[in-house]
Amino acid sequence: MLNKSFIQLILVQIRDFYREPASLFWSLLFPILMAWGLGIAFSKKPEQTKTIAFVVNENQNLNSFEKRIARSNFEKITDSLSDKFYYLVNFGDDKVGITHYRIKPVVKQQAELMVKRGNAALLLSMNDSSLEYHFDRYNSDAQLSYLQLSSLFKGEIISNQQSVIIPITEKGTRYVDFLIPGLIAMNVMMSVMWGISYTLIENRTKKLLRRMIATPMRRWEYIASLIIARIILCFIEAIIIFSFAYYYFHITIEGSVFAFILLFLSGIVAFSGIAVLIASRTAKTQVGNGLINLIVMPMMLLSGIYFSYHNFPDKVIPIIQALPLTMLADGVRSIFNENSGFIQIWKYILILNAIGLSTFAIGLKMFKWY
Amino acid sequence: MEIPILEVKEVYKHFKEVKAVDGVSFSVKNGEFIALLGPNGAGKTTTVEMIEGIQKANQGEIHISGMHWGGNEKAIRRLIGLSLQETRFIDKLTTKETVELFASFYGLSSKRVIEVIDIVNLTEKKGSYVQNLSGGQRQKLALAIALLNNAPLLLLDEPTTGLDPTARREIWNILIDLKKNQKTSLILTTHYMEEAEYLCDKIIIMDKGKILAQGTLDELLSANNSKEIIEFSTFDTFPSNFFCDDGVFKLEWDDRTNCGKLIVKSIVDQLPIFLKRANEIGIKLNRLECRKLTLDDLFISMTGKHLAD
Repeated sequence: MLNKSFIQLILVQIRDFYREPASLFWSLLFPILMAWGLGIAFSKKPEQTKTIAFVVNENQNLNSFEKRIARSNFEKITDSLSDKFYYLVNFGDDKVGITHYRIKPVVKQQAELMVKRGNAALLLSMNDSSLEYHFDRYNSDAQLSYLQLSSLFKGEIISNQQSVIIPITEKGTRYVDFLIPGLIAMNVMMSVMWGISYTLIENRTKKLLRRMIATPMRRWEYIASLIIARIILCFIEAIIIFSFAYYYFHITIEGSVFAFILLFLSGIVAFSGIAVLIASRTAKTQVGNGLINLIVMPMMLLSGIYFSYHNFPDKVIPIIQALPLTMLADGVRSIFNENSGFIQIWKYILILNAIGLSTFAIGLKMFKWY
Repeated sequence: MEIPILEVKEVYKHFKEVKAVDGVSFSVKNGEFIALLGPNGAGKTTTVEMIEGIQKANQGEIHISGMHWGGNEKAIRRLIGLSLQETRFIDKLTTKETVELFASFYGLSSKRVIEVIDIVNLTEKKGSYVQNLSGGQRQKLALAIALLNNAPLLLLDEPTTGLDPTARREIWNILIDLKKNQKTSLILTTHYMEEAEYLCDKIIIMDKGKILAQGTLDELLSANNSKEIIEFSTFDTFPSNFFCDDGVFKLEWDDRTNCGKLIVKSIVDQLPIFLKRANEIGIKLNRLECRKLTLDDLFISMTGKHLAD
């Protein structure tokens, strides 16, 4: 099978990949930047700082407020630059995690701006001698701030309570542990969909397909070379992303590497089939662009790459779980984080291959070489 | 009798409303260079692509070295070399890599790759990416690929369209060299008259899917042998009822440019008569030119339009 023309056809794809700065950026650097950025942004730091707006009227005396929150042991800190001050209140300890609250006295208009711009999720105000909390009841972060502050102002101390707190520090429970397998799965989709669909459509537009089939080139060899080249490139991409994740975030494959490779290949098969199908007829790159995005975008948003799809309504979850990207991402995640092997993911492998082969068969049937 | 390398018999290709090719027949002998000459939309490309097996004829027969496309695909593919109208190759491959790719389809050695690159004078550019090649260099690359398998039948679809005169001349020289060794037959589509005259043994004039005339340049012209041309322009208009006698085949007059053309039997006879009449009715001539009939005149009188239209 490995004759000269087949190797040449594969080489074309690989050269086209590494000689194109854009493809290197999107398929190698971009996922790493995503992993790095999101991994850092969402990694739970031991300490965090939140800003609270305290609504005051002009000339309002702050004494009653200070008296009201006295039990929280606040500090009054003056910002040397703006000459304004805020109250600093600290919640928690090493076990629970520490949150610093900066309570800034501001006028009503400013407080509203702070909420609109996301600077503050919670507003405080004084009505006679009682303290009022304003927040969006569906904002869980604001809810948490309310609970923590109200307990602080009552003078409660977390570690004095009856409950025993044991921090979870096991592998696979951090946000990056959730994110990296998703990014690896998504990269397979992107790489295959753009790499195969777009190449086919572009070469049809350029009349290169027409030129090639006017030679004794075997047609199956051409299609196969696209897929084989993608397998090689996807593995290289995955290894690079994984190596970064391994060194930077200490992510490891807890489950079976063999199962991972099988699942990974099945993902490539699934998306290759879809890619050939959507590229089977059109000769316009703009139409191709739209078609690829039509397939790729919904999965990017729904398949739980960045955030779990379990927040979607119960009714749509089975549909989401039937998407190839969801299967691939969930499968990779369970191998990485849950110690899964072939037995836990064989269903994914089966379905992904079925999707790939059926779409591939339809695609070939419809395929237009010119 | 020797089997001709190509025989096209009564071939039709109709798309919904358009009769792209409407009953075309011709044959090409071994070593013969043929030009398909015609304006855009004449059916040249469709004809060539049917010969190349890229399009299927609705009706009619095409035989290449006596073989029909059905069932002989593999054998025929090796008998033809071709370049399509504006194929764009892969931008990020070098000239050499592109030729190597196509060479691998024919199972050819890298020696042949170097050879064809040399034939088309791209040796200096063999390491350049396709995206950095000029229009002329890209056409030469397409030509190199067409030459790869030393095919006895070469089909080039507008190989010099859009090129500057130097680049065009360069491609002509390559083809003239090819003609010298007499092993290759060529079908070339073009809308450049000089190209057809300079390169080809036989010219086929096509318009609206039909062949209007075919033969050698001399044959085409000698069919109109006894015709000569008087071209003139005037300062004023020209009377539409200007008297012409039997010695004038045709009078063409263009109001916009104030230019006219007389197709006559003999310049020697007609020129004095023409000048005398013009003088009598007070026409002031701006320019006057006498010449032999050319392919261009023939083409215009057959199709009613210029080639470039």
